[in-house]
Amino acid sequence: MDKVIFGDNQFFAINHASEEKAREQSIRFKEDAAIIKVLDYAIELGINTFMCTTHDRIANICEYIRCNPSKFINFKIYPCMPYAHKYANAVTELGIIGTIKQYVPGNPFNTFAKGGLAYLNSDFIALMKLLIDAEMKMFHGIKTPVIFIQNVLVDMILGLKMFTIFKEYDSYIRSNYHAEPGYITMNMPALLDALNIVGIENPIICSSINKIGFRMSGGIEIYEKYLQEKCFRPMAMQVLAAGALSPKEAIEYLNKFPKIESVLFGASSKVHIQETKELIEKNLHDLPLKNEFMHPIYNDSSKIVIRS
Amino acid sequence: MIKGAIIGLGKMGISHAAILGAHPDVDLVAICDTSPMVVNAFKKFSSVKTYSDYKIMIEKEIPEFVCIATPTRFHYPMVKYALNNGLHVFCEKPFCLSPSEGEELFKLANSKWLINQIGYHNHFIGTFRELKRLLNCEIIGDLVHFSGEAYGPVVTKEKGNSWRSVPEEGGGCLYDYASHVINLVQEIIGRPIKASGTQLKRIYSKGVEDAVYGILTLENGLSGILSVNWSDETYRKMTTSITVYGKKGKIICDATEIKFFLKEACKKEGLEKGWTYRDITEFAIPVNFYLRGEEYSAQIDHFIDCIKNKKQASYNSFEQGLHTDKVIKMLIEDYKLQKPWTK
Repeated sequence: MDKVIFGDNQFFAINHASEEKAREQSIRFKEDAAIIKVLDYAIELGINTFMCTTHDRIANICEYIRCNPSKFINFKIYPCMPYAHKYANAVTELGIIGTIKQYVPGNPFNTFAKGGLAYLNSDFIALMKLLIDAEMKMFHGIKTPVIFIQNVLVDMILGLKMFTIFKEYDSYIRSNYHAEPGYITMNMPALLDALNIVGIENPIICSSINKIGFRMSGGIEIYEKYLQEKCFRPMAMQVLAAGALSPKEAIEYLNKFPKIESVLFGASSKVHIQETKELIEKNLHDLPLKNEFMHPIYNDSSKIVIRS
Repeated sequence: MIKGAIIGLGKMGISHAAILGAHPDVDLVAICDTSPMVVNAFKKFSSVKTYSDYKIMIEKEIPEFVCIATPTRFHYPMVKYALNNGLHVFCEKPFCLSPSEGEELFKLANSKWLINQIGYHNHFIGTFRELKRLLNCEIIGDLVHFSGEAYGPVVTKEKGNSWRSVPEEGGGCLYDYASHVINLVQEIIGRPIKASGTQLKRIYSKGVEDAVYGILTLENGLSGILSVNWSDETYRKMTTSITVYGKKGKIICDATEIKFFLKEACKKEGLEKGWTYRDITEFAIPVNFYLRGEEYSAQIDHFIDCIKNKKQASYNSFEQGLHTDKVIKMLIEDYKLQKPWTK
């Protein structure tokens, strides 16, 4: 993974510290052209990975990318699915079955030719695969080397202790999309333990990592312990703690954890993108044997902790 | 470990199941739902026992508490059954469809010394707690007006046939979105005792209102406005806010930040004259497990702590839920008195 990953929250009125700023952003990015302009800044500055939700409007951006291949030669997208509010609002309005009818292409109860609803009721993994395929359609023809599940879903499966779903997701993404599965979570230590239980080793986990412990559930101490001692490929998000920290102090903090491979951040102005990118590149450690599970840093026996 | 069970696995029930599942002091032993799909998912992927009849579940599992997250019309019989079997109860909002039912349940819970809580989760958002604290300090002086608002994109098209489109079952924006705002106003500013000028407007729904507008008068004489609309797609998700106007300033509070304007500096609080903005990073309640927002875990933590300490706490009791139900009834009755100017 690249060190610098450009996110999309700013494009979709997601601001964790201000509804007012969220509104301003939604006005500013009303047109797709405004999003593309900011992506252009990022590319000019040498950022080549865009991590985005499967929001309806991303489909338009993908279309633009496909139509302008010369501009996006090394460009990669890390999709994050699903766009949770789309489903949450639909479940409130239509119920669970109604939501499936709405979002699975065609009539899902015909898609499962054998036995319709009864089949759907029992084969959740088939349903999961259909939903992944539906969400992934918009990215056809675009490099998607890492495919993430969003935190709401990850953390729900985690709390429900339905860990085998992670295993199924993991193998489907690897076999069908030839991509690395990624997990976004607000509960990093618990998630890593759960993934290890079902045999998923050295996973890519994107979680909040910031100096003030904002949205680091269970507390900053256990996060720091896991970042220092456990085997996984961390991607840091919410590093600025919704704006509570300055970019400099926020990113310097990440320097304490050599294992962090990437930082996800979103910004709307060229100056901010440049400043943050430079700070990340300066402070994040290089991983000489990138992506290697048995890297010496990871294999330091003095740091191995036996999980209870 | 405290043994618990859940009845109703819609959006909120599943969320509670995950939070209870992750709770270090809770052993979630069983779930109950009538949807074969949901029950099968639990059978297949989880180790909790599954039931389609809540009475059988309670009888066989003998949990210490039950979390009820079914459509509102089922709350009364289910809560009553659980209380009569000696269970502590966490019930989703709104409490009941009629205040007489809520009254009976509140008295029953208290007579049996059982912990009772309603899922008005906004009270577990740090910014709203700070608003209450600032008002208690009388930071903006005598209050002159308030507005309680909530907007979001739930029903944005003319379709949809679930229990939420049936008014008798507690569907509609009044029971759903507006109940949150009423409850916040009631617990933070003061208890409403009168509704006037109420408008329940249908925008896209066929059987129920999509928006609620009106004036609430509180027991302390203060009046303010209620403005709630769940068919507003200019909001990405439900956004709830309370604005309070006082003689010495004004406070605007939502789930992400609290902004206040003071006519004069407040030395006691160390606040300057003019605008101050503070956001949730300062007030978030720490939780061990996060799903969709700290408040959902924090309210469950609170309920479990109350069971552990054998002490009914001050947040979200049945009595408070009952008062919100009474205000909902006031709004409906007031609306019926109005000429139906709108659809």
